[in-house]
Amino acid sequence: MYALKELGKYSTLLYQALRSSTEFSTYRKNLFQELVKVGYDSVPIIVLTGIFTGSVMTLQSAYQLESAFIPLSTIGAIVSESILIELAAVISSLVLAGKVGARVATELGTMRVSEQIDALESMGFNSVSFLVVPRVLAGIFMFPVLYIVASIFGLGGGIAAGFFSGSVPPADFLQGARMYFYPWNLVFGFTKMFVFGFIITSVSCYKGYFASGGAEGVGKCTTNATVLSCILILLADFVLAALLL
Amino acid sequence: MIEIKNLSKSFGDLLVWKDVTFNIEDGETLAIIGRSGCGKSVLLKHINALLYPDSGEVIIDGSDIHKLDYVEQRKLRQKFGVLFQGSALFDSINTFENIAFPLRYFTKQTEQEIHKNVMDALSHVNLENVADKETSELSGGMRKRVGLARAIVLKPTYIMYDEPTSGLDPQTASEINELIINMAETLDITSIVVTHDMNSVLDIADKVSFLDNQELSWHGTVQEMRVSNQKNLIDFISASEYQI
Repeated sequence: MYALKELGKYSTLLYQALRSSTEFSTYRKNLFQELVKVGYDSVPIIVLTGIFTGSVMTLQSAYQLESAFIPLSTIGAIVSESILIELAAVISSLVLAGKVGARVATELGTMRVSEQIDALESMGFNSVSFLVVPRVLAGIFMFPVLYIVASIFGLGGGIAAGFFSGSVPPADFLQGARMYFYPWNLVFGFTKMFVFGFIITSVSCYKGYFASGGAEGVGKCTTNATVLSCILILLADFVLAALLL
Repeated sequence: MIEIKNLSKSFGDLLVWKDVTFNIEDGETLAIIGRSGCGKSVLLKHINALLYPDSGEVIIDGSDIHKLDYVEQRKLRQKFGVLFQGSALFDSINTFENIAFPLRYFTKQTEQEIHKNVMDALSHVNLENVADKETSELSGGMRKRVGLARAIVLKPTYIMYDEPTSGLDPQTASEINELIINMAETLDITSIVVTHDMNSVLDIADKVSFLDNQELSWHGTVQEMRVSNQKNLIDFISASEYQI
């Protein structure tokens, strides 16, 4: 019953956001700020995530496939496929649930408990249009861009790790990556990030927008937003794989 | 004019108050008093439709605010200025931008006009020198006054104060009371003040509404309150530091 009530409130908030998405003048300035915060400000952590994911994947694949009968290019094929289909999207999104989701939930939660959202409504603002719409749009637009960054640095990290460890020469790695590259994998990765971006920002907005109970309440809403986002990312990952692959 | 008719509100099984009825005439200052948790702030949030009643009406200038669609409701809300208990200043922008905020979104004023209006609002609250300060640098009393400047910058018809003197020392509280009187007189604003500070009530109010026992227990002028022999009202007043 509690879950149904929460789902109803979440759906109502999304409906209000959808209806007020036409009020572009209300959220234009906030949208540009959010695009920077969600996208540009997340680049360093996504670069690090990509490099280490690609590096570890390469070293582990080289360790597991160490055989005279398996060509070295297979490692490049496995690593690049894994990064494009799964790791660049899912690992990055789990990291972004902590970075972007926690920030959004804390900002809105603090605004709620300190009556700043009431102040906006009192002035005649549409607070959903002003606060929720730009954050969700920024998630939808910027997560696919971050997927590109994570993929490039993931592959780069894989090539570098293979080269410096001496397990896979770059030429073999790239040959394997090219051999098993399917454009659909990119479409699948973009679709995932689009969905994950929506999940993280909308769930975090929802938890923050309806926060209550002072500092403790803000902490609770932030934790809930992050945990729920992570669970929903894993669930959506499974559903999308089942539907699209 | 604001007419409140048979307003009732519950949160789940908890009845806040029922059948609250009174009017607020143009230009008057009404104080809503009562014990902590009696629903004073809840009543205030019903007047500008931040909360919805279970039954009853709040009619503002002829329109029931709870029955308007969201766009009309937001237009009507622009007639109100609100000073929140914690001031509710936006902490991501500085003092000047906090006050300029409604002007930037609801008017087409030039930067010069916005600057002039913000400084006018700040001069009303005697704080011309804090325009460039971050809100985190302001004291409690300053935050209240900046909140008040933001509340009046769109020249509202009505202004609502939620516990304007709570958490302030007596001297600063007295300054805030003077500002409230000054606002009502110079800007010809109808004021609604939620408080449990009887010093404030006697300084600023024309009329008083007393909430007790989940209902509007008493309503009348300050002069009538001074001579009232209603026991729960006398008990409430005599429990405060101020003795009539």
